[in-house]
Amino acid sequence: MGFGQLPFDMAHLLAGGVLLLSFVLLYQRRVTALIGALAAQGAVLAMAVAWQGWVLDVPALYVTALAALLAKAVAIPLGLRLLVRRFGLRRAVETAIGIGPGMIMGVGLVALAILVVLPATQGAGALVREGLAFAMSVMLLGMLMMITRRHAIGQVVGLLSLENGLVLAAAGARGLPLVVELATAALVVALAAVAGFFTLRLRDDFAGLDLGLLHHHRGESAPPGEGPP
Amino acid sequence: MNEALAMLIPTLPGLLVALPVIGGVALAAIPSPRLAAMLNIALAAAGFALALALAALPFGVNGWLHTDALNLPLLLLGALVGLTTACFSAATLPREGFTPVTGRAFHAAFQIFLGAHHLALLAENLGLTWVAIETATLASVLMVALHRGRAAIEAAWKFLILGGLGIALALFGTIVLGLAAQPVLGGEASLSFTALRGVAAQADGGLLSLAFVFLLVGYGTKAGLVPLHSWLPDAHAEGPVAMSAVLSGLLLNAALHAILRAKAVVGLNPATLSPGALLLGMGLLSLLVAAISLWRRRDARRFFAWSSIEHIGLAAIGFGLGGAASVAGMLHLLGHSLVKSAIFFTLGQAGRRQLAELAGLAPARAWIGWPLVVAMLAIAGLPPFSLFASEFLLVQQSAARLPWLVVPLAIGLLVAALALLRQVHAIALGPAAPSAEHAPPTAGAVVPAWLAPWLAMVPVHLHLLLALLLGLALPPALYAMLVEAGRIAG
Repeated sequence: MGFGQLPFDMAHLLAGGVLLLSFVLLYQRRVTALIGALAAQGAVLAMAVAWQGWVLDVPALYVTALAALLAKAVAIPLGLRLLVRRFGLRRAVETAIGIGPGMIMGVGLVALAILVVLPATQGAGALVREGLAFAMSVMLLGMLMMITRRHAIGQVVGLLSLENGLVLAAAGARGLPLVVELATAALVVALAAVAGFFTLRLRDDFAGLDLGLLHHHRGESAPPGEGPP
Repeated sequence: MNEALAMLIPTLPGLLVALPVIGGVALAAIPSPRLAAMLNIALAAAGFALALALAALPFGVNGWLHTDALNLPLLLLGALVGLTTACFSAATLPREGFTPVTGRAFHAAFQIFLGAHHLALLAENLGLTWVAIETATLASVLMVALHRGRAAIEAAWKFLILGGLGIALALFGTIVLGLAAQPVLGGEASLSFTALRGVAAQADGGLLSLAFVFLLVGYGTKAGLVPLHSWLPDAHAEGPVAMSAVLSGLLLNAALHAILRAKAVVGLNPATLSPGALLLGMGLLSLLVAAISLWRRRDARRFFAWSSIEHIGLAAIGFGLGGAASVAGMLHLLGHSLVKSAIFFTLGQAGRRQLAELAGLAPARAWIGWPLVVAMLAIAGLPPFSLFASEFLLVQQSAARLPWLVVPLAIGLLVAALALLRQVHAIALGPAAPSAEHAPPTAGAVVPAWLAPWLAMVPVHLHLLLALLLGLALPPALYAMLVEAGRIAG
């Protein structure tokens, strides 16, 4: 299987769509737009996984695709949106670095993923190699988002996007026991629940979600009577 | 009767995992703190008894679980530390200031954490190991988040985000490992440790290297190895004290054990990056960073958390070197867990946060202060405790095999030991800190007042005694097991 054949090209297109949406996530400045982009990424991911299920003839992947669609494209974005609306969180997201440098770093990370994966997987099939390269790029971009966002919601979105990359990798791994996909889905739900809980608690204590506030609080509290409170 | 016993034996490992998990769910439903604390101790004691029973049985694979020389010593240690921590926590429950709801959450999370830890060690399938470590992480995040206030929430947030990142990377590594083995296995791919070891030599070296790098960084986050360690000091300092003891005593070991399993698979293939060298590099970096950081701490629990990073780094260096140094690594893990949880028990009773406030503790409150001094000497690597034996073996091995390594290793060991000895000096001989003595809160105590100090201090003495025994007179059977463990880890 290679270029010019429909199954391969379609898988490429969908995985490329997930990666493209990672870049979209990287430059969003508004919380609502960020959540919308995450939902779109979840939907494209579900299509990519379903396509893999059809190409590889693994019906179990349809379940994964459905789980990804329900959790990533519907439930989690709705939950995050609800949080934002209910608490009137600030709509603009501050990033630690500008759009330009962020994009350049993103491109650099994708190049890194390709440089690492392609030589390392010369024994594997083309679909597996390309799939792994896409998955790793999405994961690295998710990590970059987590590093560059100061906002709690931004960090959660980065983590969820990173996990989209994981699901993409799991879907490409033909014949792995279902335990991996189930675990991935369970992980997403658990993380979202716990993250939502923290978001609430943070909201209680900081009246805002800007973790930049915490930077001077490095955990080393000054001895009493010394330094700022 | 014998037949019934014979039927019971294969269920033992599963029971060891299921008991704490079911118990944890039950504990979440028990409103009485006294009953919950007692049940917590009973469950931990039952777990320890099961682990002892498991040690008496021959090694073997049993469905999804297995025992071998690598996981059994760590399992026994984990069950023991679980039991002593449950006793300590019952004795000092009023100090944590839990509300009824957070108290229930604490006991439930504690038992689920223990169950997940046992599962992480016993799992024969690397996918199952991953699920277990994930569960242990979520349970410990919950425990860190129990205290209110800015610092506790920041600590839990950091733990959640970095832990989530680490666990995601580890899953990616696990998937790539399965992908690498799949063409050789054919058909039904498997993440079974035995099956992976069987095919590792023929699998694609590039994919195996990629998998190991992700597993190392991913589980390394949990183990507190340096690039992604920054959650660890905060989590130790802001959660309940019992939680600090099991984090240092159990979670770090379980995560390092997962790395060793991956190393045992990947190391069989000659065409990969050397997994030992990668592990050694991360261990050395952790040792040096932690040794320097120890000099800049003011918060007592953060100070000892950094010391945990140092010791996990040392164990990683041992396993990275391999051979006889792996034995040093295993012994180091055992000794460190025992002594470090003893230290957290004494700190919990001293009830002071800052290192400066601990000055003069030994003369003022000998009951707590002197055991703390002895434990700190042990953790600094002074004889006759087992940490001295393992560090000595480690230095000797590196001198024999990688002479250049001795210089950074010795520098790290000395800088860290001096930082500890400086604090020991202040605690043992220094003038008493000006902080006002105040009696610990007793409202909501779950054990009688006369019993509480005993219940809290006996674990400390027991741990120190065991660390002494490991250092002076390692039983030959245990030594043989550690050698075998070193062989499995490669």
